[in-house]
Amino acid sequence: MTRIDVGSVLRNSANLPYRNLVTRSTGAAVRQCIELELAALPADETATLDFSQIGMMDFSCADEIVAKLLLDPPQGAPARTCGGVIFHGITDHHLEAIEDVLHHHGLAMVVHFADGGARLVGAVNDDERSIWDVVYATGGTSTQALADRAGRDLAEVQQVLELLHSRRLVRQAETGYHPLGTLQ
Amino acid sequence: MTAVITVPPSLDDKSFEHVLEQLAAQPEDAKIIVDARHCTFGTPYGLTAMLTLGQARAERATFLPPIDGNVSTYWSRAGFFRYAEELFDIQGSVPRVRSTDEGDKLLGITPIAAAADVHLVVERIAEQARHILTTRLKLEPKAQMGFTMALSETVQNIVDHAGRPGWVMAQAYQYRQRLAGRWVAEIVVCDPGMGFRRSLEMGNRRPITDRWGDGLALETALVQGVSRFPEAGRGQGLKGTRGYIGRRNGKLTIRSGTARIGLIPTWDDSVPLQENMPYFPGAQLRVIIPGELAGGTP
Repeated sequence: MTRIDVGSVLRNSANLPYRNLVTRSTGAAVRQCIELELAALPADETATLDFSQIGMMDFSCADEIVAKLLLDPPQGAPARTCGGVIFHGITDHHLEAIEDVLHHHGLAMVVHFADGGARLVGAVNDDERSIWDVVYATGGTSTQALADRAGRDLAEVQQVLELLHSRRLVRQAETGYHPLGTLQ
Repeated sequence: MTAVITVPPSLDDKSFEHVLEQLAAQPEDAKIIVDARHCTFGTPYGLTAMLTLGQARAERATFLPPIDGNVSTYWSRAGFFRYAEELFDIQGSVPRVRSTDEGDKLLGITPIAAAADVHLVVERIAEQARHILTTRLKLEPKAQMGFTMALSETVQNIVDHAGRPGWVMAQAYQYRQRLAGRWVAEIVVCDPGMGFRRSLEMGNRRPITDRWGDGLALETALVQGVSRFPEAGRGQGLKGTRGYIGRRNGKLTIRSGTARIGLIPTWDDSVPLQENMPYFPGAQLRVIIPGELAGGTP
């Protein structure tokens, strides 16, 4: 799994001598650098965006970086190739702005928190969250096994898993559905 | 002919309207004298709006500073005269101070022209304000972060929309007229730029209606979250700031052109929308965040 240090991107790649992600222009500069790194990854590779070195993030930057990285690329832009993106080092200082923009766009993302837990953040319903939790708890397995574990109907679970996959919140493999990355 | 504009003894957001009423009768290029000699009090809004007035005049205005030495010293410490000297012909002496740092000021008057200035004020607030926000307002870290985000977003309004430089100032004080003297933090952001109505018109974002004017432009931006930029995520800054202020039981007012709109909490009796006010260019935002009550209720 590739790790991209957003603080380092801000200071080095985008060449901005700050530790806070504020202003739309800063967000756009950082996102463009991250997009270049993501574009170079193999199709099945999951990237971790590490925000540990970021002090605060305002709404404009959250929209410019987080939301735009999760949204489908605009028409004419190259399609995203990497397997998915996990967010790490997110604190309460970032969450308010991130949750706000995710709900605005109807997006969700996978966050690995410092306490070792993983959680979906953003616009997800109870069904999606509970099935996603099962995928993470099992470490990934067949759809049937996931349905058994959830105590739910196979067809229903299949439908939710397809939706989670289309939103890049789980990985699909021959053996079934798996978490985007391993918890550290 | 030169017109004399008399500054009221207390220069705040309400009394600044009296300044604008006097100005309304004068053409933009008329020679004016702004007489603040008998002014004994100036709020962050009063000081930054006065600098904005200086920017907006086509003909450089003359400024007569407060006679009271304590008042003019306070204005100097807030950074007022440092910038007023570039905008007005100041007649009379003003106190020189070594530093603009003072007591409960969270951020002295700071000019805003570019994105780098937004970074500067955010970093400065993070360094200077934590102690006051923690000990006086008793804001927990998440609420402090929200305050800084509100500051960042309101200041960005100048960079993204005004088309001209503006000003920001932030202060903490005990609000004696309201809230039974509770500590509050206030942010004021003023610019003499294009204002909300023209910004939305430039982006072809004005709704089709006969009611179109400054009041509806403010409503469109603040209540409906419409920005002049058509991208889906634009307008999030003001919307998010509005959400934070609402959760903190705070107050937000935006004056632009001839109207003022407000997100008015229960502890204040201002009207939510006021129209047909004297014209003043650009946008003037004011945010008040109350500190915590004992027990943690905002």
